[in-house]
Amino acid sequence: MTTPLHRYKVVQWIDYRLPIFSWANEHLIEYPAPRNLNYWWNFGSLAGIMLVIQIVTGVILAMHYTPHVDHAFNSTEHIMRDVEWGWLMRYLHANGASMFFVVVYIHIFRGFYYGSYKSPREILWWMGVVILFLMMGSAFMGYVLPWGQMSFWAATVITNLVSAIPWIGETLVTWLWGGFSVDNPTLNRFFSLHYLLPFLLCGVVFLHLWALHHRKSNNPLGIEIKSPKDTIPFSPYYTAKDMVGLGVMLFVLAIFVFYLPNFLGESINYIKADPLVTPPHIVPEWYFLPYYAILRAVPDKLGGVVAMVASIAILFVLPWLDTSKVRSARFRPIYRQFFWIFLADCIVLGWVGANPPEGSFIIIGQVCTVYYFVHFLIILPLLGKFERTKPLPESIHQAVLGKKGDGFGSGGAPPDSAAPPGGRGSS
Amino acid sequence: MRARLIAIAASLGLALGLGGASTGYAAGGAKEPPDHEWKHTGVFGTFDRAELQRGFQVFQEVCASCHSLDYIAFRNLAEIGFTEDQIKAIAVEYEVEDGPDNEGEMFMRPAKPSDYFPAPFANPQAARASNGGAYPPDLSLIVKARNNGLDYLYAILTGYEEEPPDGFELAEGMNYNHYFPGNQIAMPEPLYEEAVEYADGTEPTLEQLAHDVSVFLAWTAEPELEVRKQTGLKVLIFIAIFTALLYIIKRRIWAKLH
Repeated sequence: MTTPLHRYKVVQWIDYRLPIFSWANEHLIEYPAPRNLNYWWNFGSLAGIMLVIQIVTGVILAMHYTPHVDHAFNSTEHIMRDVEWGWLMRYLHANGASMFFVVVYIHIFRGFYYGSYKSPREILWWMGVVILFLMMGSAFMGYVLPWGQMSFWAATVITNLVSAIPWIGETLVTWLWGGFSVDNPTLNRFFSLHYLLPFLLCGVVFLHLWALHHRKSNNPLGIEIKSPKDTIPFSPYYTAKDMVGLGVMLFVLAIFVFYLPNFLGESINYIKADPLVTPPHIVPEWYFLPYYAILRAVPDKLGGVVAMVASIAILFVLPWLDTSKVRSARFRPIYRQFFWIFLADCIVLGWVGANPPEGSFIIIGQVCTVYYFVHFLIILPLLGKFERTKPLPESIHQAVLGKKGDGFGSGGAPPDSAAPPGGRGSS
Repeated sequence: MRARLIAIAASLGLALGLGGASTGYAAGGAKEPPDHEWKHTGVFGTFDRAELQRGFQVFQEVCASCHSLDYIAFRNLAEIGFTEDQIKAIAVEYEVEDGPDNEGEMFMRPAKPSDYFPAPFANPQAARASNGGAYPPDLSLIVKARNNGLDYLYAILTGYEEEPPDGFELAEGMNYNHYFPGNQIAMPEPLYEEAVEYADGTEPTLEQLAHDVSVFLAWTAEPELEVRKQTGLKVLIFIAIFTALLYIIKRRIWAKLH
């Protein structure tokens, strides 16, 4: 890449010593991507952009925020009232967290649908699961920082889960709190970790992308890139396509930030934390509701915690639980049905998590929790053995451009609405 | 002790399941607050300055005797249309503690526009002692701190009943309210017809008083509301046009492929 790629002398001078320009050219411009990626492939880069937005707004908020039990709530209001555009930074950050989860959940379900976790992308997938864990930790601790009623009581309830660990649980909770209750030391360390974790997250994102660029993107057909004809350069094609998704995402985010800034929050978090007053209902943010439902579906506290952690940790072994040789749901008619059932199951779990576990909510929550694990532990392993998959196309460019396709200018179906022989995904 | 209390409360909470964004506050026999008409809600809504100023008067003459307004400084009143001189005149009516002076003593002085509204009680204990054990909450954020806070506040202020319905056991010193959880509220009916004589001559009906003070407290909770929505409109229009252009560009670029 040291060819006359770079017009400017200064660029050549730098690149000879530190090849950042060649590197950027290789990974952001020439990077060969499958020519048939649809809009569901936007969500990876959108997640990256959300991470950047969260870090930028978060760093600014940290300049005005005071992590002390006596000042945290007041300094949050100071940001809202006295800091120039402080309300915008805070609402962007709070709603940005929700947007980040929306984007990441879609990204994950895209992976489910098109089998993106399968060989040779298992480690890429693992990095994704680690990112999800880090995101959840960051989001939880961030929610504690304004030190409202829900901040405090969510922190109390969630940290208390650790006490379910046999023998050392109680000691561990005291160690986590830095005292005998959620108090100033807890708030201090949560602030410290809330600032730290996103940078660890960046590191894992780097590994995620490294693995991605090494083995290249999966695609809606779920077949590997076989020749250069199957690919197009990332720029300008996917930069242009990702920008469209970015515009749509920012539009949605702006609607919440400017018109519904507290729609996703809990009103009682505008009451300063009071350790002596327990709120009648303690609920997590929406993005934790399905896990919360799983936690409460198990009548035993330790069992609930194990089930909740397992519900995400099971993703680590998903590449081996799904025994099918075919990746994309487009060629897996039965898996496709189960994908939608599983999505519905997760949404119902979220709805159950938002409601008090009374009456039918208990049984619905338990059935959905059992189904959640049945999907991974029974349905996926068996489907791979018994499902009759549809025939796979020979190559990406043949499926996209038709038999006579030879690359550019040969006509055929648009690349993002590939109609492979044997039907296409309903996504 | 406190740790144990919290631990017990937390595990109780866990056991009981806690949860229920959708169940809201309508617990304990309280009615859902009816929808009331507001000028500042909706995409283009702005605060009515006359309503805000009347609402401030209601707050000052009625609410402020028990409720604090910790997050509002006198200078903030400029945002609801008071002039600098008016604000100074309002501020000097209040005494605030300052100091220590050169002798090391704290002293009282008339408030300045940069001071925050002084609280009616020195601490929560004093507030409880003067209010039959009940704590009058700070009102700065009350509209954001309750579900559907605006309609709820208006409903509470207009939802008192002198006599509870037959068979309803009202505790000593409590008052019946249709919209308060459990229907028993410690705060006696704060507003009634002509509770305040409006400076601008508006007829001070109960509904008018409740409406105005609710609007005022909507502003204290969200002083950025107007700027936020006006900025939002510009941002959305910009993003919409920008995204449309991006889509056209994308189509053009991809057209070369086939």
